[in-house]
Amino acid sequence: MHHVVLERWSRGDSPVHRRDARAKILLTLALLVLLSTAQDHLAAVSLLYFGALVMGLVAARLPVWGALVRAAVVLPFSAVFGLASWLAGEPERALALAAKSYLSALGVLLLVASTRMPDLLRAMESLGAPRFLLIVAQFLYRYLFIISEQAQHMRSAALSRGGFRRAGFRAAAGALGVLFARSYARADNIHRAMLARGFHGHFHMPAAARFGWADGLFLAAAGGGLALLRLAAGRLG
Amino acid sequence: MSEDRQTRVLEVRDLRYRYDDGTVALDGVDFDLFEGETVALLGPNGAGKTTFVLHLNGLLRGSGSITVAGLKLGAETLTEVRQKVGIVFQESDDQLFMPTVLDDVAFGPLNMGLEPAEALARSRWALETVGMAQAHGRAPYHLSAGEKRRVAIAGVLAMNPEILVLDEPTTSLDPPGQRALVDVLERLPQSKILVTHDPELACALARRAVFFDHGRIAASGKTDEILNRFGWRLRLGARSA
Repeated sequence: MHHVVLERWSRGDSPVHRRDARAKILLTLALLVLLSTAQDHLAAVSLLYFGALVMGLVAARLPVWGALVRAAVVLPFSAVFGLASWLAGEPERALALAAKSYLSALGVLLLVASTRMPDLLRAMESLGAPRFLLIVAQFLYRYLFIISEQAQHMRSAALSRGGFRRAGFRAAAGALGVLFARSYARADNIHRAMLARGFHGHFHMPAAARFGWADGLFLAAAGGGLALLRLAAGRLG
Repeated sequence: MSEDRQTRVLEVRDLRYRYDDGTVALDGVDFDLFEGETVALLGPNGAGKTTFVLHLNGLLRGSGSITVAGLKLGAETLTEVRQKVGIVFQESDDQLFMPTVLDDVAFGPLNMGLEPAEALARSRWALETVGMAQAHGRAPYHLSAGEKRRVAIAGVLAMNPEILVLDEPTTSLDPPGQRALVDVLERLPQSKILVTHDPELACALARRAVFFDHGRIAASGKTDEILNRFGWRLRLGARSA
């Protein structure tokens, strides 16, 4: 089975991985707020936060270059709005948009790459995120692997018989239809399996892990550090 | 041992079911299961075996009567019956939907209304019973097919059912995985219904077998006799000789 890279990274072992997911979520939120509200000296703020995030990647023992490249996935989206700002005569706004969106993506990536998805979802639940949203995310994440595996099997089967190139768009569309139908059937089976184990519309989760003093210290130190960096950027700028 | 002296844990009478497209899936099935007994359900694809077992805890509703451990299956008894009849589905991936193995095994006990601490204790016991205690923190999609199957069984065992229904339990398992599964199943004291196409598995676990055909029970008897009678022994060597 081919697991996505982020999933593999999230199963690592580092001081950052070992911290409670709630502390990491709150820290990421703090970063996003500090970043999005930064108006002045944006170049210095961006540079300092970029350095802090790179340090975070190193501390989490994640491949820095790989993470930096993956975070750039958001740039095409922000580039559209950045281009509009640039054409409207506001190049600073365009650059700010690109820098903020990239650093936000890098921060979220650091969170997701250093926290196992079950821990992340459980932490979000204990922080008050809507349960329904979390259940949808949980199921999506759980079955994404299976659906992608099915898609890979179908692709292999198609390739072994000449691939879709010759058969054309119609065959590819047909395969996609089959994939949807299979996913639908699977959803039905999952629901049946849930009913068989007494499900009546409400998910019960076992208690979340304890938030220790080390997690509190981590949150306070790292959050304070981010705030200080923002202040320092003002002096530098 | 005479059937009269044994405790009947499942009694099915005149069970009939028709799919929406009009296909008759079950056509008057009578079936009994006794305490501690393992029965193999054999028969060709589409004979009605899986449809039959889906009725046992009310996932499908046909006409006729089903009584589980003295409880007649109906809307009022559905929750209780689902605790008594545990179904392990053919596709383990359909059954393992929670983020971690322990969460998944605890799903049933928590739905039963147990306190989280008790549900977790029961789940740990169930995982230990199937030899998967070490996997409690792992994500289900990281397990092998055999491990997934054992965790799926633990998920049902944690609800402490009286009857265990296993639908094609050896599908996609390699021979060592099958052996490990048989070892686990042999140790479990519950009454078991085994839906299978695997003659070896049926012989290893079930003394009695019933043969389904066109939604009916065509024959019931000793597993070996039923397999021979319907030509379900795979004798490839004999054919090529």
